[in-house]
Amino acid sequence: MAEIIKRERLVPNIHCVEIEAPEIARKCQPGQFIIVMPDEKGERIPLTVADWDRESGTVTCVFLVVGTSTHKLSFLQAGDEIPVVVGPLGRPTKIEKLNTVMVIGGCYGIGAIYPLARAYKNLGSKVLTLIDVKADYLFYWKEKFEEVSDEIFVSSRDYVYDCQGYVPQILKKILRERKQKINRVYASGCTYLLYTCAQATQPARIETIVALNPIMVDGTGMCGACRVTVGGKTKFACVDGPDFDGHQVDWEELFARRKSYFDDEIQSLCYWERKTFP
Amino acid sequence: MVEKNQLSPDVKEKLKQEYLKGWRLALRKSIPVKERMKIPRQKMPEREPEERNRDFCEVNLGLAEEAARKEAARCLDCANPQCVLGCPVRIDIPTFIKLIEKGDFIQSARKIKETNSLPAICGRVCPQESQCEALCNLKKATGVPVAIGNLERFVSDYERLHGEVYIPPPAPATGHKVAVLGAGPAGLTVAGELVKKGHQVTVFEALHVAGGVLVYGIPEFRLPKGILEAEVDYLKKLGVEFRMNFVVGLTATLDDLRQEGYEAFFIGTGAGLPNFMRIPGENLIGVYSANEYLTRVNLMRAYAFPEYDTPVFRGKRAAVIGGGNVAMDAVRTAKRLGAEEATIVYRRSRKEMPAREEEIKHAEEEGIKFHFLTAPIRYLGDDCYRVRAMECIQMELGEPDSSGRRRPVPIPGSEFTMEVDLVVVAIGQSPNPLIPQTTPELKVGKWGNVEVDWETMATSVEGVYAGGDIIRGGATVILAMGDGRIAAREIDNYLNSLENR
Repeated sequence: MAEIIKRERLVPNIHCVEIEAPEIARKCQPGQFIIVMPDEKGERIPLTVADWDRESGTVTCVFLVVGTSTHKLSFLQAGDEIPVVVGPLGRPTKIEKLNTVMVIGGCYGIGAIYPLARAYKNLGSKVLTLIDVKADYLFYWKEKFEEVSDEIFVSSRDYVYDCQGYVPQILKKILRERKQKINRVYASGCTYLLYTCAQATQPARIETIVALNPIMVDGTGMCGACRVTVGGKTKFACVDGPDFDGHQVDWEELFARRKSYFDDEIQSLCYWERKTFP
Repeated sequence: MVEKNQLSPDVKEKLKQEYLKGWRLALRKSIPVKERMKIPRQKMPEREPEERNRDFCEVNLGLAEEAARKEAARCLDCANPQCVLGCPVRIDIPTFIKLIEKGDFIQSARKIKETNSLPAICGRVCPQESQCEALCNLKKATGVPVAIGNLERFVSDYERLHGEVYIPPPAPATGHKVAVLGAGPAGLTVAGELVKKGHQVTVFEALHVAGGVLVYGIPEFRLPKGILEAEVDYLKKLGVEFRMNFVVGLTATLDDLRQEGYEAFFIGTGAGLPNFMRIPGENLIGVYSANEYLTRVNLMRAYAFPEYDTPVFRGKRAAVIGGGNVAMDAVRTAKRLGAEEATIVYRRSRKEMPAREEEIKHAEEEGIKFHFLTAPIRYLGDDCYRVRAMECIQMELGEPDSSGRRRPVPIPGSEFTMEVDLVVVAIGQSPNPLIPQTTPELKVGKWGNVEVDWETMATSVEGVYAGGDIIRGGATVILAMGDGRIAAREIDNYLNSLENR
């Protein structure tokens, strides 16, 4: 059992949850994830760790409310307990001092790239942050990013920012217009965002690391639910990843496998809603 | 792998002492050997196939008291019992059986527990027919051995159901701390043995339920979860501490635990890495590893979806690749989840199947189909990336391979297509790499298995022992427990030796 220290709605449909987990907080590195189970009958789902406090022994994750498990998580309050919090899982992101790094995040991935940006900044790399949001008001943790970014770009579909469009257009524009080379691009968020980022950087052959998010069960390499094909080889995202070379990923397979339980997920959510809101 | 085919002198001595006790002598004389040999083997009551293949309740119902005593009377109480030799944990089989014949079921259960911490489980899942029962002298005489497994199950169930589970008084604390990594059969055995010696034992488990393969792998209809819970509860009452959701290697490394004061370690992290065949289409939706399929159903209770949140495909035409016990569990599970056709696809013939005879028989009764001498060569998907068919090739048996079984050889031109919408790949597992990866000084073999001295289960690192599937690859529950028993003895010696330094 692990105690919820705080659960907060950041922007509509996106929440962050801070969980007491001293061992995980002590070991956690950027790019790693935890597996949580919101209640005794719940599913085991992976959440990327978005922050941690080694001293107070807590980890923070950001999640999008989409299915039954994340709905359940969004109803938790401080003091509640959840039966499973395990981690830190996956290989940490490789981080070394580079001249310029671009981190790209959308949706829950905005939270997920924060510790990376911070780690690169601390190493003295120039950090360019690209945030993808549908509209201005969905950009959370803006102040946190201002502290760890040299420049912040936003791709949005409203008119608050002067850069309307989806990630690839903005990314391509930046790549075209910038004089200094970008040494590495790192992206976290929905599969489509990862795919388009990898597409955009392919022509310039910029190393592009994507944090994949396939369906998982145990998260320790035992079941193989999270198989992805990278460079023609089957990998387990939980133990070989979750970071992979975006130019090598079999995206078609990943898109399809992500939707494996599409009908079941709807059925499960309807069942939960009927029970919760009779 | 070393199978010791001799009893150690202390085991022999104990057997002899029990054999010579007065009540044993009287009981032996009470029925002549000839009469004993006439008693037919008591049949294990089972639920009807057509009833049981729709639910997850247990198939075997257990012997009744009368039948158990009758079965126990079949045992000839040999002066030189071979059965003990077949048991990896060296249960005093004649004594516990004779206690049943006498009607002293509780004492019988305690006798087993002296050497086996998990009898209700072993009574259900051990391959007795190739171990204790294979060596039974009655088998040599009549062809039909004493049903040792069924009797073991009977007394341990009796003890549990009568609420008389005996908790021995705690041994004086030695002050030594032992970390057991993995709460599977090997780890639970080590924990049980060492806590009885007065050591402080903590079991670290990555999943949220203790039991390892007993909880995620073996289905409810073969091993009800309540039985396992009771056995784990027993260990807790003995004083074993369990730390769940703790992945040694990631949550903390072996070195971290050493710094927390743990002096000895047992690695029992199992074969948690599923093997695939690496054939085209294996990543299609609807193709599962047996580990994933069974974990979803058993551990996550997908059979009760949507009450439980974890889903699983309920195929109409299910094919399970493989011929072992895991394959039998998977195919019988698919049938129970509504498959109209559930088929085993195995590359050798029925004779070479590694599954237990009882499991094969149960599967056949339940309407499972078998495609022998057949192997898949690729899977075909539909527009939505779901598996819709499987291309197979016929095999014939060639020369024996290193396992002594005849090697299957594909017959060119014999390809055919089977329509399937669910495939479970049950062709074995490899050792889980997490601890070897994060403990560089640990010596690892060709298959990723942790290397040990088979006499002592000691690894290349001082104070670190290992057993079960992490050293063997995919094996059995009882072999894991046998390893655990040896490791526990050696860890105890090791800890005592620390004091003399």
